[in-house]
Amino acid sequence: MNGISSYRIGALALRYLYLIRRSWIRVIELAYWPTVQMILWGFITQYLGNHSDVLNQATGLLLSGVLLWDILFRSQLGLSVVFFEELHARNLAQLLVSPLQPVELILALMSISLVRTLIGVGIAVLLAIPFYGFNLFALGPPLVGFFINLLLMGWAIGLLVSALVLRHGMGAESIAWAAIFALAPLCGIYYPIATLPEWLQLLSWMLPATYVFEGMRAVLLDHAFRLDYLLHALLLNVGYLALGIGVFLATVHKARERGSLLQSGE
Amino acid sequence: MPLIPWGAMMAEMPAIQVEDLRKHYGPVLAVDGISFTVARSVTCALLGGNGAGKTTTIAMLLGLLLPTSGRIRILGEEMPRGRQHVLPRMNFSSPYVDLPQRLTVKENLTVYARLYGVRQVGERLATLSRDLDIDTFFQRPYGSLSAGQKTRVALAKALLNEPEILLLDEPTASLDPDTADRMRSILIDYQRRNGATLLLASHNMSEVERLCDQVIMLRTGCIVATGAPHELIHRYGRKDMEEVFLDIARGIQGGEVFE
Repeated sequence: MNGISSYRIGALALRYLYLIRRSWIRVIELAYWPTVQMILWGFITQYLGNHSDVLNQATGLLLSGVLLWDILFRSQLGLSVVFFEELHARNLAQLLVSPLQPVELILALMSISLVRTLIGVGIAVLLAIPFYGFNLFALGPPLVGFFINLLLMGWAIGLLVSALVLRHGMGAESIAWAAIFALAPLCGIYYPIATLPEWLQLLSWMLPATYVFEGMRAVLLDHAFRLDYLLHALLLNVGYLALGIGVFLATVHKARERGSLLQSGE
Repeated sequence: MPLIPWGAMMAEMPAIQVEDLRKHYGPVLAVDGISFTVARSVTCALLGGNGAGKTTTIAMLLGLLLPTSGRIRILGEEMPRGRQHVLPRMNFSSPYVDLPQRLTVKENLTVYARLYGVRQVGERLATLSRDLDIDTFFQRPYGSLSAGQKTRVALAKALLNEPEILLLDEPTASLDPDTADRMRSILIDYQRRNGATLLLASHNMSEVERLCDQVIMLRTGCIVATGAPHELIHRYGRKDMEEVFLDIARGIQGGEVFE
């Protein structure tokens, strides 16, 4: 493989930043759902806090869950939706006959997903401080590990979803919005994994996000930092990300064979 | 035997070499074992009716489409294996692909200039906007342009990296006669100044006569005639390329149907 060029990755990232920069609506859209979710769950937390021993022990358990979940959701969506922009714009063929390598396309998508996640979730995280006196940064250093793991898992799913849409056309676009919600019940965002039936727990422990949310509860309820959880999540993420990249690259190769890059977007 | 320097040897290589190229789309054979060579600094037309295999051939030359079998060498590099070495030295324009609609013309060209590794981006954009007369809508979103304006922007994008090989699919489609004529002059000037190789697919036969040194005629995925435009006109006993095209597209040679 030829050398990966940060200049070309930067060029493509610039294309997406142009889009964000020229439209405040897009920035508002990025922050809208995470903020609405945060407000909703903030009130639920306040209400349940008066009726629940668990929430009394650790205020912000639900809010932490919802904000961390949004990191996963936004990073996946940030990657997939930006890739769909290329299909909608019938621009993918232009990109793939330029010197840009498919792996550089992936890295550019990841970079812009990071920016979109930071904007979207960042605004909600900052607003939670004046709204509910809740500071996600109080999770301390483990938050960095949580963030990285959720970001990586989001990218892996985003790449798989993008590959699916590249293979089956824009008709499959709605999967980008729905795919991750299928995993939500298994990740233990709002409840411990022990709540699930045993057979489902086996599936649940195969998801990196499960370790993040269990780790979050360990910090908030037991004031314990579970490094083993983070490392386990990281190991799974390496595997899933390799799978996502491999499937995406194979799908691009297959599209070159089938000639579908000439008709992408239709 | 005297040693020939590598650089000199590569310079002697044809710009495009195609051997026994085939492309199947499932049961459909789109390109049927074609072979041709385009020398450097030549303008060559790839002609044929709809479905003749022009776009498929161009897409394979670009590495956008993988051949079922056969061999392609561009500037001495095997495709698609050597695409990373070749793609920075070529470019293309086609009405079948687009640019992001919401970005301005300037933003689009800036992004592509960087993707192609253009060094003095601002300077290059200024030159192209002047030459192609796109400076009046340089700051407008690409999606708000007319079809003709988009064609000019697509051509500007194709010339960004001063390519050694330029592949053009319908380069003057949607342009009024005056603008189309200007674009042809720009292409001729660019080709002469840079010694570039141009391969273009066109349905405009007067354009082919004016621009091209060589013609490759395709019909149902096969090459049915090659030669300089004046040679083909002479061979078919016609007065211009328009009539030659019609003869070939209808399978007529010297008044006889040849299929």
